[in-house]
Amino acid sequence: MTSDINQTPAASPAASRRGWPLWEVFIRARRGLSHQHVGSLHAPDAEMALRNARDVYTRRGEGVSIWVVPSSAITASSPDEKDPFFDPAMDKAYRHPTFYDVPEGVSHL
Amino acid sequence: MTAGTLSQPLAGAIDRGDIDRAEVDQIALATYVLGLGDDALILAQRLGEWITRAPQIEEDIALGNIALDLLGQARTLLSYAGEIEGAGRDEDDLAYLRDEREFRNVHLVEIENGDFAVTMARQLIFSGYQYELYTALLTSTDPTLSALAAKAVKEVAYHRDHATQWVLRLGDGTAESHHRMQAALDRVWPYVEEIFDTADTANLLAAPPGIAADPAGLRPAWSGYVENVIAAATLVVPKPTWRSRGGRAGYHSENLGHLLPDMQNLHRSHPGARW
Repeated sequence: MTSDINQTPAASPAASRRGWPLWEVFIRARRGLSHQHVGSLHAPDAEMALRNARDVYTRRGEGVSIWVVPSSAITASSPDEKDPFFDPAMDKAYRHPTFYDVPEGVSHL
Repeated sequence: MTAGTLSQPLAGAIDRGDIDRAEVDQIALATYVLGLGDDALILAQRLGEWITRAPQIEEDIALGNIALDLLGQARTLLSYAGEIEGAGRDEDDLAYLRDEREFRNVHLVEIENGDFAVTMARQLIFSGYQYELYTALLTSTDPTLSALAAKAVKEVAYHRDHATQWVLRLGDGTAESHHRMQAALDRVWPYVEEIFDTADTANLLAAPPGIAADPAGLRPAWSGYVENVIAAATLVVPKPTWRSRGGRAGYHSENLGHLLPDMQNLHRSHPGARW
């Protein structure tokens, strides 16, 4: 989180016609874990989004690091394309590594 | 000490030699701690008035968080003031059962919220002051005060940053927001002098060496930070033509008289009620 007060606030994505733009919030619960999506919120710009995320999502000690991303920057798969996107994977069991015998003495597999 | 000592005019008693030095030290410390606690308590109550009224729900939560941090500090300070007083008054007795003249907070924290800009201007001033205060109290020889300072300085750093972010955005925003942010600074600036004024407490503060932080000594660092923010926000530091005084001695503005019934009504209507 930067706090250089001489810096102009980061350029924000276009606000919706009513109110502040939407941001997606990702929180790392503790060192070693990856950031997980926890929800979204409104904020005028990125710096304020970080601070709002701190207030809304980490009040009970949930995290050690926060990412915020403009919701508009996320490209999502479409529910209409669900079949071509995901169905072909369903019947290809050979893609799962379940046909190998694990050699003895190999741990962490 | 006897019950109600905290509300007695101390200076006169000391001058007349009615009380000895050890007692003076004790009363001085209790009064000092009570002043810090009342500042936090009254501002927590004021900030609570924003709940459901803030510009966005995210800001609602932010202001509520700040208020709760301040309330936590007030609880520690009022409990400690009651303990030093030794008259059996606990945090609730001090918060809910004192009248206006017994409150020792500075005027800044009791003024009305005004618009959002006024609230942020007040927060910048107050959190900036509290940041320097708790930083100084980290090395207090009083273990309760230094322990509180260690916890509170982190909370207050966030409060100060929150206010800073808003003053920057409103000051360096649209023509309307710039105008209203400057008007807000003009509105709250007459209350600045009182915070750093040692006149009310000079004799008392000198009593327990190494315990309290001399408010005047906090001012240079405070000015450095706050003036930097104001300049970066393209605003100007106001030059008020009057100043508040007397809060630490129990003289308050009309505002506190309206705030206290709101804060105390439940407790006074249902004595001893608990969650």
